[in-house]
Amino acid sequence: MAYSDSHDAPKSFFYRYIWSQDHKVIAIQYSLTAIFMGLVGMLMSWFMRLQLGFPDEFDFVTPSAYYQFMTMHGMIMVIYLLTALFLGGFGNYLIPLMVGARDMVFPYLNMLSFWFYFLSVLVLMASFFVPGGPTGAGWTLYPPQAILPGTPGSDWGIITMLTSLVIFIVAATMGGLNYVTTVLQARTKGMTLMRMPLSVWGIFMASIMALLAFPALFVSGLMMLLDKTLGTSFFMPAIVSMGQQLDFEGGSPMLFQHLFWFFGHPEVYIVALPAFGIVSDLISVHARKNIFGYKMMVWSIVAIGAMSFVVWAHHMYVSGMNPYFGFFFATTTLIIAVPTAIKVYNWLLTLWRGDIHLTVPMLFAVGFISTFVIGGLTGLFLGNVIVDIPLSDTYFVVAHFHMVMGIAPIMVVFGGIYHWFPKISGRMYNEALGQMHFWITFVGTYLIYFPMHYIGFLGVPRRYYAYDNYDFIPPSVDDLNSFITVVAIVVGVSQLLLIYNLARSTFKGEKADANPWQATSLEWQTPTTPPGHGNWGPEQPKVYRWAYDFSVPGAKHDFIPQNIPNEDVPLAQEGQPLKGIDT
Amino acid sequence: MSNAQAQIELANWQQSFQRRAQRTGLRVFMVVVSALFFLFTVAVITRSQYSDWQSLAEQPWQPLFDPWQLWLNTSTLIGSSLALQWARQSSAKGQYRSAAIAFWLAGGCALAFLFGQIWVWFTLASLGYVVGANPANSFFYVLTALHGLHLLGGLLVWSKIAVKLMHKTPLPQLSFSIELCSVYWHFLLVLWLLLFMLLTSSGETFNAIANFCGF
Amino acid sequence: MPLAIALVIMVVASVLFNIYTPWWFTPAASNWGQIDDAVNITLLITGVVFVIINLFLAYILVRFRHKPNQRAHFQAHNKKLEHWLIGVTSVAIIIMLAPGLWVYAEFVSPPKQATTIEVVGQQWRWSFRLPGEDNELGKSSVSRVSGTNPFGLDEADPKGQDDILIAGAQLHLPMDQPVKLLLRSLDVLHDFYVPQIRAKMDLVPGTVTSFWFTPTKLGQFEILCAELCGIGHYNMRGHIVVESKTQYAKWLASQPTFGQTMATEESIHPPPELVLSPVALLKMGQTLATTKGCLACHSVDGSRGIGPSWKNLFGKQEALEGGATVLVDKAFLSESIIDPNAKISQGFPPIMPAVALSPQELSALVRYIVSLSKSPQQVGK
Repeated sequence: MAYSDSHDAPKSFFYRYIWSQDHKVIAIQYSLTAIFMGLVGMLMSWFMRLQLGFPDEFDFVTPSAYYQFMTMHGMIMVIYLLTALFLGGFGNYLIPLMVGARDMVFPYLNMLSFWFYFLSVLVLMASFFVPGGPTGAGWTLYPPQAILPGTPGSDWGIITMLTSLVIFIVAATMGGLNYVTTVLQARTKGMTLMRMPLSVWGIFMASIMALLAFPALFVSGLMMLLDKTLGTSFFMPAIVSMGQQLDFEGGSPMLFQHLFWFFGHPEVYIVALPAFGIVSDLISVHARKNIFGYKMMVWSIVAIGAMSFVVWAHHMYVSGMNPYFGFFFATTTLIIAVPTAIKVYNWLLTLWRGDIHLTVPMLFAVGFISTFVIGGLTGLFLGNVIVDIPLSDTYFVVAHFHMVMGIAPIMVVFGGIYHWFPKISGRMYNEALGQMHFWITFVGTYLIYFPMHYIGFLGVPRRYYAYDNYDFIPPSVDDLNSFITVVAIVVGVSQLLLIYNLARSTFKGEKADANPWQATSLEWQTPTTPPGHGNWGPEQPKVYRWAYDFSVPGAKHDFIPQNIPNEDVPLAQEGQPLKGIDT
Repeated sequence: MSNAQAQIELANWQQSFQRRAQRTGLRVFMVVVSALFFLFTVAVITRSQYSDWQSLAEQPWQPLFDPWQLWLNTSTLIGSSLALQWARQSSAKGQYRSAAIAFWLAGGCALAFLFGQIWVWFTLASLGYVVGANPANSFFYVLTALHGLHLLGGLLVWSKIAVKLMHKTPLPQLSFSIELCSVYWHFLLVLWLLLFMLLTSSGETFNAIANFCGF
Repeated sequence: MPLAIALVIMVVASVLFNIYTPWWFTPAASNWGQIDDAVNITLLITGVVFVIINLFLAYILVRFRHKPNQRAHFQAHNKKLEHWLIGVTSVAIIIMLAPGLWVYAEFVSPPKQATTIEVVGQQWRWSFRLPGEDNELGKSSVSRVSGTNPFGLDEADPKGQDDILIAGAQLHLPMDQPVKLLLRSLDVLHDFYVPQIRAKMDLVPGTVTSFWFTPTKLGQFEILCAELCGIGHYNMRGHIVVESKTQYAKWLASQPTFGQTMATEESIHPPPELVLSPVALLKMGQTLATTKGCLACHSVDGSRGIGPSWKNLFGKQEALEGGATVLVDKAFLSESIIDPNAKISQGFPPIMPAVALSPQELSALVRYIVSLSKSPQQVGK
């Protein structure tokens, strides 16, 4: 069915690239902002590592500053980089294209969601310049310490942080409404839910979770803001702080933790599920093979998403909550490992008997599998309540969440960027730089985080500014810390390879085909590359098959795009029919 | 099919597409708002179990024991919903005048509700029940404020439609928006009724709910 | 190919690292050493999975790498294999979870014969309270905390009179005696953690949490705070000393009770006749530095902490916030202790609490700080 735009293509530079309602432009705005924040977050981590690796050599990393760097690093990476990039960046770009729509269903709201995100970024960055500096309460912002004088940034710092988060939540809600409604309503003819690529499923499920989980952060953040500014006692019990009796009474710090982690656990899956979805597509395309067990993959995404709401207190095993909760949450946490394991098996079985091209996206996809396996397996230690007790608040936890939240999804981010770069820009990236970027990142991050698990076993606690004269910590730990710092800086600097590669290739890269990877999903079938206003020209595509018709027996080519009907598929031999599956 | 007919069919399809999307969007949004207030309710009930909780409605001298102001506000809000429902039905029947009157009435009542809520705030504050004094107070202010903000958001959308009504935009172009408006209004009314019950509950009620939920 | 090789190297290196690593659990000194068994089961299962998956991945990358004129095999699913994999995974999960929950059931059930000891945490130091002869802890409340009553005990409660107060951060325990720790915080979240004990638990202000353990080895073990509690979190230290029952009894007998500390308030403010020798005063100062929590923020060896280091502090020209400089003499040191926010050293946060000390204690502490300078100059007031 033909469809003409409800609005004409904008003409001026301002309306095309700045105040734009086009999902592709908004996606790039989100992505550039998120990547910039990622660099800021990385800088924060360098400052932390300088102190950990070379204690007392760098005067500017005072204990106060250390905790501020630590907090900003965590919050920026989790929320302002990963969530914004996967949902606002990848989600905005891919969803309409992959489902065959012309744009998101609420383009104006979509545009507003970016500008609210941008505002939340400005407010967060402002916290570096307010009196007292940014908050140093840890990204988890636990009360009472977050708003008391013993913690850096407990005045304007925490206020700006909470305000920024509230604004971000408004942005995320606006975005989430768009992504969910678009997937439900705007799929083109023939695109049933079970024909959507897994990238869409991952982002779709993550958006639903975001809509339900962020309110919990809003509730806890608002209540803490009121405790700070209006002297309410939502979370603040009777306290003697620095020798002074405070006015608070009766509040419960544990209430905050429950609310925060009710958000916080789904949040990590909001980051992981899009990564799962995208990596399925990367593997499938670059191994020329259908994804193994598509239905199970969809169901496991849904199951993981749903179950992620009933595991939150595994972050609270030693919080002093009712100890009997430990039984329940340990059980649900280990159950969630089953659908996750299924996904890993299916990725491997997709590669099995595939036709594997070790392109840069495929390298990162393989890197994801390897690092996600380690990250997920160490999660089993922490999910099992009794094993968590000695390991809680040690470097084992730090190693675990960096592997599973930091490294693995970032591998997918990189893989996805390289994979879709030719579509977004119309040009090819530089292969050698991409390979170098992969190797340094993969080997480096492994060297950083693998040994870290072991000092966690030893019992070295996290969130410590220094480790002077502990009997149980041998000097070799200091050596390890220095080593990790050096590797971290090398890996960090090597990310410039990506930035340089993208920047240069955007303007000087070789012109790319419309479908250089010979992929099947709809975004590769647009009439122009990069896709123009309205994506599809005068007519939206019609879909006749799922997204994974690779190497179908009987077909001439090893891929059949989703919008080619059976009668138009070039056959290997005249008269010999296709032996695909009926989808 | 002639070109003109095709164009009309296309326009109709576009419109019904957009309407389906808006309806779904509103539903998803209402789920999110429900989640938000549900979580706040959990927070209220949890907090009510701590020793320093003092319900605002238990004893005759407490301000919400006989909350006539809140009842007044509630009836204003009910009036607003009724008016909007009337507007919706009138506009479906093409009755311009009554739709317009009803629509304006609905907005007026909603505004009256908001002012009425602020009036309750001032009353409480003047009696000494300020926001930081006691958790029950804090929750009262926070929850009524959030509900009010959501209603204010609805009023923003309402004002866009009201402007169109002033410019005598034909009803068929407006009736869908009025319909969505009324759905949102009824949702906020139900939400308010639940909040009203929660905020004027006695300590016993809180304990009963908490026990039922297992904490 | 290089990627497959890299994965194999990674697997081999990881396994070797696991075998030869210098960093592993400290030797367990409590009954919770049995947690180590649960860890080892988990490590074995996850280790095997890690090795198999990565080696399998490496194999796949080599065997199925792109070769011209070869195609991928089209297979959408294999129900039998999928069900088998789900089954095996579930079994593995159960094998890991079940023993863990078994041990956890013990963890949440302190034995009846466990003695009770209270741990009091505050920014940034530990102190302890034992129930004394009547085996019951007296009532306490944050609102009663003051300079003379640092534990916030209710003086009217007779049960509290014989409570034994340990202000310094060193707790002694008798070996092989189960103990249940009651954890109380005066301000923010903390966490009582001794790596060799394995168990840990948060201290939550507004409530009392607990956990239990039985010390099974003699020795001195470090206490660390394991929940971010502000800027001094990394220096909130203490020790537990596990000793024989006789030694423990001796130590216990030498600790003051609450009743004694209240009754001898005059001893906090000794009559002017009671002059202590300079050596005794110095020792008193050094002890106060620990029991009052000074060392959480001020180092004695020159290393940077939350507050200025005391090493070579006396006699120094100290730069203040706002640009002025001041000579660090005894008057300045005294003022900094009783009214810490009067003058703030440049580059340090204004968060030091005022410390309640008697004139003699103040002079003892100042004397100690002075002794940490290379050439103590004047003899001030």
